[in-house]
Amino acid sequence: MGNFPTTVKHCLSYEELIQDYPWLARWLQEEKLALTHEYPEYVKIVEVGPRDGLQNEKEMVPTGVKIQLIDMLSETGLPVIEATSFVSSKWVPQMADHTEVLQAIHRSSHVRYPVLTPNMHGFQDAVAAGATEVAVFGSASETFSRKNINCSIDESILRFEEVICTAKQRQIPVRGYVSCALGCPYEGPIESTKVAEVVKRLYELGCYEVSLGDTIGVGTPGSMAKMLHSVKKEVPSSALAVHCHDTYGQALANILTALQMGICTVDSSVAGLGGCPYAQGASGNVSTEDVLYMLHGMGIKTGVDLSKVIEAGDFICKALNRKTNSKVAQARGDNSMHCRMKKINT
Amino acid sequence: LATCTWKALPQRVKIVEVGPRDGLQNEKTLVPTEVKIHLIDMLSEAGLPVIEATSFVSPEWVPQMADQVEVMKGINRRPGVSYPVLTPNLKGFQAAVKAGAAEVAIFGAASELFSKKNINCSVDESLQRFEEVTKAAKEAGVRVRGYVSCVLGCPYEGQVSPDKVAQVAKRLYSMGCYEISLGDTIGVGTPGGMAELLEAVSREVPVDALAVHCHDTYGQALANILIALQMGISVVDSSVAGLGGCPYAQGASGNVATEDVVYMLHGLGIQTGVDLPKLMDAGAFICRSLNRKTSSKVAQATCKL
Repeated sequence: MGNFPTTVKHCLSYEELIQDYPWLARWLQEEKLALTHEYPEYVKIVEVGPRDGLQNEKEMVPTGVKIQLIDMLSETGLPVIEATSFVSSKWVPQMADHTEVLQAIHRSSHVRYPVLTPNMHGFQDAVAAGATEVAVFGSASETFSRKNINCSIDESILRFEEVICTAKQRQIPVRGYVSCALGCPYEGPIESTKVAEVVKRLYELGCYEVSLGDTIGVGTPGSMAKMLHSVKKEVPSSALAVHCHDTYGQALANILTALQMGICTVDSSVAGLGGCPYAQGASGNVSTEDVLYMLHGMGIKTGVDLSKVIEAGDFICKALNRKTNSKVAQARGDNSMHCRMKKINT
Repeated sequence: LATCTWKALPQRVKIVEVGPRDGLQNEKTLVPTEVKIHLIDMLSEAGLPVIEATSFVSPEWVPQMADQVEVMKGINRRPGVSYPVLTPNLKGFQAAVKAGAAEVAIFGAASELFSKKNINCSVDESLQRFEEVTKAAKEAGVRVRGYVSCVLGCPYEGQVSPDKVAQVAKRLYSMGCYEISLGDTIGVGTPGGMAELLEAVSREVPVDALAVHCHDTYGQALANILIALQMGISVVDSSVAGLGGCPYAQGASGNVATEDVVYMLHGLGIQTGVDLPKLMDAGAFICRSLNRKTSSKVAQATCKL
């Protein structure tokens, strides 16, 4: 079998899936669903490149470069840009300059700049630095929670409760994330009811939106649909977002599925910044450029100027001395005929 | 385009593996004949039902396919597996049959400019040429697969009308092609355009006789394939390791990777008959021989744990 990951083999076991979810076979194959899907007219893109992206890049990025990246992204029309993370610089050296970054960026009035705050300490630092929106990160997998933040899911939620309550008092919106929504590098497949449980808790605590993360990118349209089906029973679609990783090339297909199921907020990362820490050499975040290309091609509005995002992507890739992960950016590269072609989709 | 009708997904999807032909044809490095043969044999072992083996075009135009006869004769033909070959004209067809081909493929375009630039004649003229091939094929009891390129956009003309694609597809089907593969040659298509295209084409050609050949140049291939499946398509072309870059964009990708397609289909509970680990072995083999990295994301993902 070579180096084919065991967790993925488990995730691919359709027979096991059917045993646990007998309705899935019917839903996928037997029932003729004459549903007419309406795609959202508008999709909100949450740009996570400066935080999630850079956090997972090996190269240390100078503060000036981070600030310039965020400023360029602010000019593209992106409505939300995750600016930095108030975690201990011991754990995440890339984000050590969080205060400098937050204070130096040019904050456009049309853009929101959430920052990660794993606990009260981080939250207080963030507010002192001028944060007006924060994000907390839960997990649908116990093992992942323990390995990543050294506590159980329940313990992490107690920690977040403190943050969310304080944030509420100060009228600072809080976004929740749930990682391993479609699979865990340690546990394999994750029950969609477990995901729904964690999402519900974060939403009821006061998160205005919960982003569902396919942390290792193993999800496919089938598992995405199944997970959303469970989660939507507990939380309205308008409060949900998808954060798909492209490690197995499935991100756009998964995002399309999410749109068909009424989700209208999508996280992505300029130039596909941020590899997968669990798969050497593999890609991680889906590229904002590729997502925009698909949405615009479908007539879905985003308010974002794709060519400006490509420019921002070019900038950060030069600074990181790496190639872009965005296929759209690669196709429209300087040498290509594609950039001289009559534009069919912009 | 605001709506899409969701039909039940097919239980089974036939993968048409185009790596050895479409893939290698668009790779700069010339591949030794034995390597091509070994690749095709490995793909046969991986359970692929259709493997496009080579192309009977003039070696002057496509040096990579100069060893067409040797390859046809050298491969180990697995029972139940089809090995179609490209035949651009009657001469190529005759050479193919002589070399033992039991199935051939012909390539039309939905864009006049592309047809002129690619094969130096209009779409109508090319279809007339193909009619010679389909007539001869009928007499010889050889199956013919038709391809239409530029179905979602042309590098020269830009937008392509779905009705034009439907017309060309219809003509190929009426000539006797048992299946028509719709090619997004420059990968510019998105799910909305794909849905519109399939609606137009399926009015002229039964959906069971249609296939999609998506390029991943803009990363849209799997999303486009998903929409196609939702609209009743059950035949998908792909290329092992995503072999075959885009000739119109230096460094850009072309064909969608078979591994990534199979991963999605299996994840959806759709049967393909393909053994993914064996397929990945074939991909690893050809990438080593070509001294290039795979374009398949599934192949790139190596779990550290």
